[in-house]
Amino acid sequence: MSSAALLTAEGLTKRFGGVVAVEDCTFSVPTGTITALVGPNGSGKTTVFNLLTGYLRADAGTVAFAGRRIRRPDPIRLYRAGLTRTFQQARIFPDLTLVENLVVAIQQPWRTIVCRAIGRDDRSRAFELLEEFGLVQLAEARAGSLSYGQKKLLEFATVLMAEPQLVLLDEPTAGVNPVMVAAIETRIRELNARGLTFLVVEHNMNLVMRLCDPVIVLDHGTKLAEGRPADVRNDARVLDAYLGA
Amino acid sequence: MRWITPGGLLRGGGVFGLLAAFPFVERTDWIVNIGVFTLMYAGLATAWNLFSGYTGYISLGQAAFFGIGAYATGITFEHISIGSGYRPFYALPLIGLAVGLVSVPVAWVALRTRAMTFAIVTLMLLFIVQQLAFNLRSITHGSQGVAVPQPTFASNFDRPYYLAMLSVLALAMLICWYVRRSKLGLMLLGIRDDEEKARGLGVRVTGAKLIAWALSVGLTAMIGGIWGYYLFSIYPESAVDPLVMIGAVLMAFLGGKGTLWGPMIGAFVLVPAQQWALTSYGATRLYLIAYAGVFVLVLLLLPRGIVPSLADLVSRRRFRATDRPDVRPTVERVAS
Ligand SMILES: Nc1ncnc2c1ncn2[C@@H]1O[C@H](COP(=O)(O)OP(=O)(O)O)[C@@H](O)[C@H]1O
Ligand SMILES: [Mg+2]
Repeated sequence: MSSAALLTAEGLTKRFGGVVAVEDCTFSVPTGTITALVGPNGSGKTTVFNLLTGYLRADAGTVAFAGRRIRRPDPIRLYRAGLTRTFQQARIFPDLTLVENLVVAIQQPWRTIVCRAIGRDDRSRAFELLEEFGLVQLAEARAGSLSYGQKKLLEFATVLMAEPQLVLLDEPTAGVNPVMVAAIETRIRELNARGLTFLVVEHNMNLVMRLCDPVIVLDHGTKLAEGRPADVRNDARVLDAYLGA
Repeated sequence: MRWITPGGLLRGGGVFGLLAAFPFVERTDWIVNIGVFTLMYAGLATAWNLFSGYTGYISLGQAAFFGIGAYATGITFEHISIGSGYRPFYALPLIGLAVGLVSVPVAWVALRTRAMTFAIVTLMLLFIVQQLAFNLRSITHGSQGVAVPQPTFASNFDRPYYLAMLSVLALAMLICWYVRRSKLGLMLLGIRDDEEKARGLGVRVTGAKLIAWALSVGLTAMIGGIWGYYLFSIYPESAVDPLVMIGAVLMAFLGGKGTLWGPMIGAFVLVPAQQWALTSYGATRLYLIAYAGVFVLVLLLLPRGIVPSLADLVSRRRFRATDRPDVRPTVERVAS
């Protein structure tokens, strides 16, 4: 069970003009894991996320999710299939309240668009998550008024609204204070224990070593190494890439 | 958010009750005439707000559908008798529905663009429709115009038109109010804040925008229909008039786009002022300079419009004394 891949990418390639951001990148995220995607700045991690979630079209390569090949990744359809992501720069709806931010993310069938914006069930589900993320006292505040770290938490909570199978987190702890980093780590662990799979881009190596297994290392858009955290840490090529050989 | 609050009900009922009573109290023709145009612009600005205010896509093409509504009404009643004069009013919902539906494929194409490009694409649409009105002579009679039969209302000729405009405005306000409180409204505001993010959360952005567009266009076409019937003659340059568009957009900006009452308030300020200037200084196009002046002033002093600025002022007063964190309700909440 845990060895089956929930997500696989094969030969992903993306060029921006002359820049090759991702080149022939092949990896998989095993079901039930917290997989890390690490690499120096500009190594193509965010671009990989954009390719996987349909925000960018790949020049080559294929993506498969939950055993199905995704021909044309599209954010709306992938979300509804159970794959969701956060952004490196937290993206929330600043003019909406926290509760509204969460309720937008509930998968709605068309016929409910005439129903009231926030139904009773929507509200209790939103409050449940806000409680878990320690944001409940701000439930009715404008999301735009949150601190950067709170926005990151809110975005994280938002992508959980539809009970996804796989969450891609793009630097969830960057620019977040240590207390909140601990809170985020706890959240990830708890959710993972409940069966949620994660693919995490993260610069905090201590956190990666504690939290993630396996670890995938990207450099110049290509996979450099992959394996258990301890093995990856001692890999000479990885050390070169990070320390600049 | 509750559907209906006592305050909201009182506000809505009070304003529309007074507006409905107005032509029965004030019978001077030229004043009721100004009333008709004020309600017309209030309706246009509110309909524009339903799409552009809620989604953030600035459309400069709604006047095209105003014209299409006018032509559809005029051409229909070239062939069908207007009966005792009220029949064209009863036909309006059908015209709104038809124009709204027909406009969807157009919007589907236009909505592949964003921001500035969308504004320009919709502006092009306006000029295309105007050119069609000039050139499809077999249908529109080109620059000769369409002559609509004139009704013989016993007295107070303007009053039925006034009440028709008021009904469409009420309908537009009701739809805006409902949409704002529904899941559709939440989707639209999400799109306005960050459409890409909304897509990433499974929001069916295209469908939501098309629904808002069709509603907005349908209302605009109904208003055009009343206008055409009011003037009896429909010409390409007056039915599809960029100045009508600019007027409606300016009023929405002045009152506060994205708020429920803002566009209507903007119209109630600007239209009577414009008509007053017209009667005082004669029929010149000087008011265009005044429009430009108002636009500059709005951008400088009230960049978000009257309603949000007032709402902000009120909530700042209310929360100044407390040292709570910034948990002010959103401006929309206070304003709507
Ligand atoms: N939209 C874009 N247009 C042009 N170049 C881009 C774009 N996005 C990323 N890049 C380039 O692709 C490379 C990889 O970027 P990115 O995926 O953001 O790296 P990482 O997330 O690992 O820091 C960088 O060289 C970056 O400059
Ligand atoms: Mg990045």
